[in-house]
Amino acid sequence: MLVPLNWLKEYVTLPADPAELIERLTLAGLEAAGTTVYGLPVPAGVRVKAEDAGPVWERDKVVVAKVSRIEQHPDADRLKLVTVDYGAVEPKTVVTGAPNIAVGQSGMKVVLGLRGTRYFYQDKDGKKATFTLEPKALRGIMNDAMCMSNYELGIAEDHDGIILLDDGDPAPGTPLQDVLGEIVVELDILPNMARCLSLLGIAREVAALTGGAVTEPNLDYPTAKDKIDGRVKVEIENPKLCGRYSATIIRNVTVGPSPRWMRSRLQYAGMRPISNAVDVTNFVMLEYGQPLHAFDHDVLVKRAGGKPPTIIVRSAKAGEKLVTLDKAERELGPEHLVIADTAGVIALAGVMGGLETEVTDATKTILLEAASFDPVSVRKTARQFNLFSEASTRFSRGVHPEVVLPAAKRAAQLFHRHAGGEVLAGVVDAYPAPISPQTIKLDRTEIERLLGFGLPDGEVERVLTALQFKLESTPWGWSVTPPPTRLDIQVGAADLIEELARVSGYDRLPERLLPLEMPTPKGNRDLATEQRVQDLLADLGLNECITYALTSVEAEGKLVPGQSPGTAVPGLANYVQLLNPISPERAVMRRTLLPGLLEVAARNLQTVDSVALFELGFVYLPKAGQQLPDELRRLAVILCGRRDVSAWDDTLAEKPKQYDFFDLKGVVESLLADLHVPGVTFEPTKTVPHVHPGKSAEVKVNGTSAGVLGELHPKVAAAFGLTTAVLVAELDAEAIIAAVPERYPYRPFSTLPAAKRDVAVIVPDDLSADRVLGELRAAGGDLLTEATLFDVYRGDSIPAGTKSLAFALTYQPKEKTLTDKEIDKAHEKIENRLKHVLKASIRGKQG
Amino acid sequence: MAEATDDLKALETQALAELAGCSDEPALRAWNTKYFGDKGLMKAALSAIGKVPKEQRASYGQEANRVKVALESAYSAALDKAKEESLATSLASDKLDVTLPGRPARRGRLHPATQILRDIYAIFADLGFQVYRTNEVETDELNFELLNMPEHHPARDMWDTFFTTTPGTVLRTHTSPGQIRLMKETAPHPIRAILPGMCYRNEAISTRSEIQFFQVEGLVVGEGVTMADLKGTLTAFARRMFGPDRQLRIRSSYFPFTEPSIEVDIDWPKDDPNRDRLTKGTGWLEILGAGMVHPTVLRNGGYDPDKVTGFAFGMGPQRMLMLKHAIDDIRLFWQNDLRFLRQF
Repeated sequence: MLVPLNWLKEYVTLPADPAELIERLTLAGLEAAGTTVYGLPVPAGVRVKAEDAGPVWERDKVVVAKVSRIEQHPDADRLKLVTVDYGAVEPKTVVTGAPNIAVGQSGMKVVLGLRGTRYFYQDKDGKKATFTLEPKALRGIMNDAMCMSNYELGIAEDHDGIILLDDGDPAPGTPLQDVLGEIVVELDILPNMARCLSLLGIAREVAALTGGAVTEPNLDYPTAKDKIDGRVKVEIENPKLCGRYSATIIRNVTVGPSPRWMRSRLQYAGMRPISNAVDVTNFVMLEYGQPLHAFDHDVLVKRAGGKPPTIIVRSAKAGEKLVTLDKAERELGPEHLVIADTAGVIALAGVMGGLETEVTDATKTILLEAASFDPVSVRKTARQFNLFSEASTRFSRGVHPEVVLPAAKRAAQLFHRHAGGEVLAGVVDAYPAPISPQTIKLDRTEIERLLGFGLPDGEVERVLTALQFKLESTPWGWSVTPPPTRLDIQVGAADLIEELARVSGYDRLPERLLPLEMPTPKGNRDLATEQRVQDLLADLGLNECITYALTSVEAEGKLVPGQSPGTAVPGLANYVQLLNPISPERAVMRRTLLPGLLEVAARNLQTVDSVALFELGFVYLPKAGQQLPDELRRLAVILCGRRDVSAWDDTLAEKPKQYDFFDLKGVVESLLADLHVPGVTFEPTKTVPHVHPGKSAEVKVNGTSAGVLGELHPKVAAAFGLTTAVLVAELDAEAIIAAVPERYPYRPFSTLPAAKRDVAVIVPDDLSADRVLGELRAAGGDLLTEATLFDVYRGDSIPAGTKSLAFALTYQPKEKTLTDKEIDKAHEKIENRLKHVLKASIRGKQG
Repeated sequence: MAEATDDLKALETQALAELAGCSDEPALRAWNTKYFGDKGLMKAALSAIGKVPKEQRASYGQEANRVKVALESAYSAALDKAKEESLATSLASDKLDVTLPGRPARRGRLHPATQILRDIYAIFADLGFQVYRTNEVETDELNFELLNMPEHHPARDMWDTFFTTTPGTVLRTHTSPGQIRLMKETAPHPIRAILPGMCYRNEAISTRSEIQFFQVEGLVVGEGVTMADLKGTLTAFARRMFGPDRQLRIRSSYFPFTEPSIEVDIDWPKDDPNRDRLTKGTGWLEILGAGMVHPTVLRNGGYDPDKVTGFAFGMGPQRMLMLKHAIDDIRLFWQNDLRFLRQF
């Protein structure tokens, strides 16, 4: 809401300092989004955006002038010589090309800029630039002043000619600052402050904040002898959607420009002046917050076949049509509330009038509508036709039906004063179910219960009375009746207490630190475990990422090699789909973390030679019979690029080693081991499409799958723009977190000396290392405290189809030191088991 | 006749002379091998006692031992001296270019959003707040209706909502639906919790706006909870998060689920060169919205608003991180560029 302060001043005394006014409104819930200053120096403490700063009209340079004569320029058809009185001893003649004055005219008031005036000018490129007025010959005539336009003064963007003031405007020589100088504050109006979508609403707030009083407009005007009775009928078919409809008739109007002051106010408030007939309705809407509509009464009479028209407020019938003011034909249905007459629809209620019945320059009689429409109905219609206007915005936020008549009277008065109209006596007012003011109980103890501090009775009464509430004292507090402008007081005492806190000022609120009994602190073990997972992975050198949960089926489809683009992999129905996505790339909720993380990896690999990333986040899986999907945590890990960190003393000749499967497995193993997850095994997998069939494993926790890790299938890697080996894991974080034991026992270790022995076994190539290790451990028993694989060999010195696995074994007794002989015996037992159970041969030993 | 001990003396003289000629540790070690090795001259001289005439054997033995001890001690002294000299030389001559970069260590990091969330958890944990998390795909009923926003309520315009193809289902626009879930779970007992999580809004992505972002909601419900407690809690939070001297400024505001509703500004530190830009010249910066839980919402959560009161607040952790580090583009968070992530 744009609020010109000089206009606001008509209703309430403002603090002398605009910065103070802005601050107090902001703290009370009317936040100033910005300020525009026209012609005046920017007041101290007020911030104006650089792009909104216009030229200052210096008091001795930009002044009111009166035209005494307009002559043709002797040497230029388009130019005129205008002689003006501007309060100085000598009149001045200036050259102008303005199209809105003509040779031979005189007597009008204009704005004269003298030498040194700063003004806006459109340069050759059409850009706005600031110039300083200097004496200059125009086609041979010296010119050191000019008649100014709205554009030049920074008032508006139009180039329609010079400013023409009214006769009633101040005398020649008056500084323009005193006539058109203005400060406009833009206030953000919150949904519960709809009453402040009006100058009077804001004035009431100012009065309450400053202790001032509001001067409401006087609503007197002379009426014609003729009465409105019998000249129009109003029928409301749907009183739920139209609580009140009033009609006023003003005849013998002369449609023409509005007075200059009204045009300026509308302009500063962000509305384009059109004609007095339209401007009056807009002016009153801004003043009272009540949208109005003017019909051409004569057109209505014609539509009624020469009889008095009947205004019918009803739902549209299917197939009915209306050409609205913007010349668009609207197809209507029962969901739209319309204004109709006996011949058909004439307006979309509260949203936009019809073209046929609008007021024109030829209009002689106006039928003025002031009505109250249901916010939801207006909102739906405005949304459907995308017709958000000053009127529909106000109606859809709610306008109190008690504002209807004062606004209608004010408009009638202004039509009388500024369009020469004659107002028929009386008003046709259909108000089937008047809103009866509800009374609210305000218990004085309730104030302290909510705010934590009490307010003296006198202050409660002062604040609420200033906001035009009616109070009645009771032993426990007050019985309070809200003013007939407010629809936001609905809950009861809490609403009133908010008003008290807001207006009294929150700076009075004391601070207290919950000196109350604390709820049992339950902790959040799930969160703590999740954080432990994050920490462990970061400790392992991985960077955490957070990617979009919104993705596309195409992005996830890339995980299936050879998939034709655009086909949903598990089927679209398996996704949470958006009805109104922002783009096709963000149209569904993800079912896997991998595509998002792969995209991050590919982007980063353009600038670095290695990535080690993880994400712990949700996937969203719809489930039959459930409105909401399952939201389950997954853990994705990606390694790609060089394994070790590059340094300045790297040997350049050696190609850096790249991450491989075992780096990834090491990360997973280390994570699960440090989480103390029991029963972890890794098994080869062949049926998972996105990984290399020979370089992937399924990790199991106690026999249940907890995810897959492996080298990304080369075709999938290529689909993400990755060319080197990419190691990916996607694990079921829910299963892992659930498997983390609450307690785990400490494993005692022996301080007795340990003996180390190596063993190398030759086994068939397809025998898994895990199997060999299992046998080693089984044979070694408690004595074997460590068994570490340190070499895998395939080659000429062993038979084809076999491999040699070398293990470093540590024997460490718990109770007494062992002799070499005893260790030899234990070692032999292991070798024998490997020979017999696995049919392995021990390398370096025959047989 | 020459005494057998003369040979020993001659050996001593020769050995000492050679020892004096040894200039470094390897030469000394060679000398040691020559005289004290398995086949060394000293060893030979000692074992030569058998060939010495019987009557001279005692004096030969004595002398041999004396020479042995003397040579050993001379050697040890010479060796110490040589080591000392060589250390002094190496200390004087070995020099690194210490300005060469250190060898980089591999280090992983938590995402900055995770870090700031944890900071927030920690501050509120000190104030007795539990962490409670709820789902992101939410019902219209919880996201709006039970929060006092029936269908077509104008306040719904405050959020641009993503709707899913399942009727009555939205991506939560704020963490507030968690309030209802937590209240229903806890009523009639008191609550002191924060509710963090991802929220979604259908807005064009720009430097200032994202389609998904973290939010942290706070909720306290119980007998005797007042707005003064809200102010005290938020002041304590702001000072931990933004510095011990921070002042709060409270503005009246509007949220459908609180009444009264407020927005909270802090005075931005004067020593921050970005102060004027960040605060648009006012010195104040909005950090969160808050209020007393609306009686209707308390009732929807299963509490009697005549008996208990509550306060709630909602904040944007990413915005807080952006303020602290002068980050001017919110899109950096989900781009996950390592050049960004590695700075936190």
